[in-house]
Amino acid sequence: MDLASSEATRVAQRQGPTPVIGGGTNVGDRIFHLAVLSAAQSVLVLLAALVVLLFIDAKEALGRFGLSFLTTTDWDPVFEKFGTAHFVFGTLVTSLVALVLAAPLAIGTALFLAEYAPRWLREPVAFVIELLAVIPSIIFGLWGFFVLAPIMRGYVEPFLKATVGQVPVLGELFSGPAIGKDLLTAGVVLAIMILPTVMAIAREVVRSVPDTQREGMIGLGATKWETITGAVLPYARSGLVGAVMLGFARAFGETMAVTMVIGNSSNVISASLLTPGYTMASAIANQFTEADKEIYFSAVVAVALVLLLVSVIINGLARLLVWRGAGNVATRR
Amino acid sequence: MESPNRRLKGCRLNGASAFATAALLLVSACGPAAAPANTAPPAAPALPSIAPPPSSLVAAGSGIVKEGFPGEAKALNGAGATFPAVLYSKWFNEYEKVTGVKVNYQSIGSGGGIKSISDATIDFGATDSPMTDEQLKAAKNGPILHIPAALGAVVPTYNIPELGGQQLRFSAGSLTGIFLGQITKWNDPKIAEDNPGMTLPNKEIVTVHRSDGSGTTYIWVDYLSSVSKEWKDKAGLGTSVNWPVGLGAKGNEGVAGEVKQNPYAIGYVELIYAIQNKLGVGLVKNKAGQYIEPNLAAVTAAAAGAAKNVAPDLRVSIVNADGDASYPISGFTWLLAYQNQNDKAKGRAITRALWWATHDAQRFNAELGYAAVPDDIVRRSEELILSITTAGGQRAFPHQLPGR
Repeated sequence: MDLASSEATRVAQRQGPTPVIGGGTNVGDRIFHLAVLSAAQSVLVLLAALVVLLFIDAKEALGRFGLSFLTTTDWDPVFEKFGTAHFVFGTLVTSLVALVLAAPLAIGTALFLAEYAPRWLREPVAFVIELLAVIPSIIFGLWGFFVLAPIMRGYVEPFLKATVGQVPVLGELFSGPAIGKDLLTAGVVLAIMILPTVMAIAREVVRSVPDTQREGMIGLGATKWETITGAVLPYARSGLVGAVMLGFARAFGETMAVTMVIGNSSNVISASLLTPGYTMASAIANQFTEADKEIYFSAVVAVALVLLLVSVIINGLARLLVWRGAGNVATRR
Repeated sequence: MESPNRRLKGCRLNGASAFATAALLLVSACGPAAAPANTAPPAAPALPSIAPPPSSLVAAGSGIVKEGFPGEAKALNGAGATFPAVLYSKWFNEYEKVTGVKVNYQSIGSGGGIKSISDATIDFGATDSPMTDEQLKAAKNGPILHIPAALGAVVPTYNIPELGGQQLRFSAGSLTGIFLGQITKWNDPKIAEDNPGMTLPNKEIVTVHRSDGSGTTYIWVDYLSSVSKEWKDKAGLGTSVNWPVGLGAKGNEGVAGEVKQNPYAIGYVELIYAIQNKLGVGLVKNKAGQYIEPNLAAVTAAAAGAAKNVAPDLRVSIVNADGDASYPISGFTWLLAYQNQNDKAKGRAITRALWWATHDAQRFNAELGYAAVPDDIVRRSEELILSITTAGGQRAFPHQLPGR
């Protein structure tokens, strides 16, 4: 599901059956054709095999718990009761927190780089932000564990409790003791991790808005701000939504960094972001090695299957939006 | 499982001799071997790292496997528990030097070890939690034997800034209360009861447990379920359980880190981990009513104390063991092997490796921070190893032993 491979497939699809020059008369051509064809097919076969294998191993748990696997919050290997609603909840909440924090920052940066920044500043800044993307997630995890969590516990969370926490309704988000290992901290770490992904795509999308659009607005006497809100953003909207969704998908599957700061406990679904929680990915990472009973193992695999399906759906939606955005640009040009 | 039962009847030990062994171990443990403990910094309560003395009974079985044997397989594959992985890698490294047999061990977790041996994809398995009857029944090649390889113990570690270097004492009641979420403050009368004269802070307790499935958790909850029916009914016994309260952290280092970061937190870690990292640990009250400082000698004493009640298949829990010196939260880690070895060469290699592991190899345990298996148990392991047969019902262990 990574960017590069689906990019390749996309390019391949777009170009369709390439008119072979010399039409298959050349043996070398034919061999090469078969080679690349089988390469492309093997990727699909791998994906299918993965899903089939996951499904086979997950069958026992899915068969035994049915829909309650998705709707209950018991995860009890000892008494063999498995429900994953709290894992799904934790995954969604942390990813949403990450989005809320990262999206404005990423899109703001993208707009600055594409519309405001002087040419000499653009590339270095973008480069540094994109560097964030190559930092292994375990390093974010360690940083979150040793640096961020104590800061969250000691300063940020008490502050939030004292301010926003006093507001009715909204305050529910910040109730309970500040522990530092919770959904909020996990969301913050994820936000930093998805920032480069969202920023890079958003920048491409904004850059792909044709200059004619901007020129039109400026010609009508619009200010820079009006140009951006009136022409650039509406034009880039679906692409930007796609960029954000791709960030969401990345946050969704992130494992190591989240496991280290989320608290890994509590099967309570509560409104407070300050409760320790669990995500699907961190549950799998934690439980897999010692899943010694058949049904337990099967339940862990079933979580993986759920995670895979949800990620595929989100990724698919995101891709659709990005393509539509890019497609619009292409046709209008 | 029939034949080992019958064989074992002759060698059941009485309680007195088990206790004598325990006492002996403790006496010598307080000797010169304990001296280095005094060098630990005073800030953390000192944990004596005591090497149990080499024992004469085990010595009798040592030295039998001392070189390669004709017709044995030259390679064995094993997989399982992560807790003893360091020990096994040392063992098998030495074993290759002694016999030329290469033993590959992959620490994939107890669950994986059980699964692999059940499917017979490996020659031997390893686990921190004994296989259940159900799992034993599902094994592909018949009965599987549990051979105790080493002992582990789990200790409570906490972070109460006010206490300084003072060591807290815990009873079964206070530990279960804390982990069930019923005792929520450090100055709870139940905790104070065990610690007269200590001023405990009026602060909320943060409990920390392992988030990953683990043999450490197994030993910890084995203790909690054996002392509390409520725990047994609510959370139960397993390598990972449904914790009523608290934070989860990955690995010993995760739990220790979490406890260090959160004032007023309590967690549990492997004894060796606590020793190596000089963590502040609590004393735990044992069955005999003594508050026991966790150390290797107290763990071996617990195993010896439990020996008289040990089931013949050695699939036993030794938590809350009898004996004045027994540390109550400890358990075995086992090697797993099929009783019927179809392949003669493999059967030879496995029985010889198991024999070496339970005798000669035990001397490596202490230096790596694992408690050695007490003699009474080694004696029983011998019977199990000798009960391993190969094609045609022949004994797989190729050496002649006097009288056996």
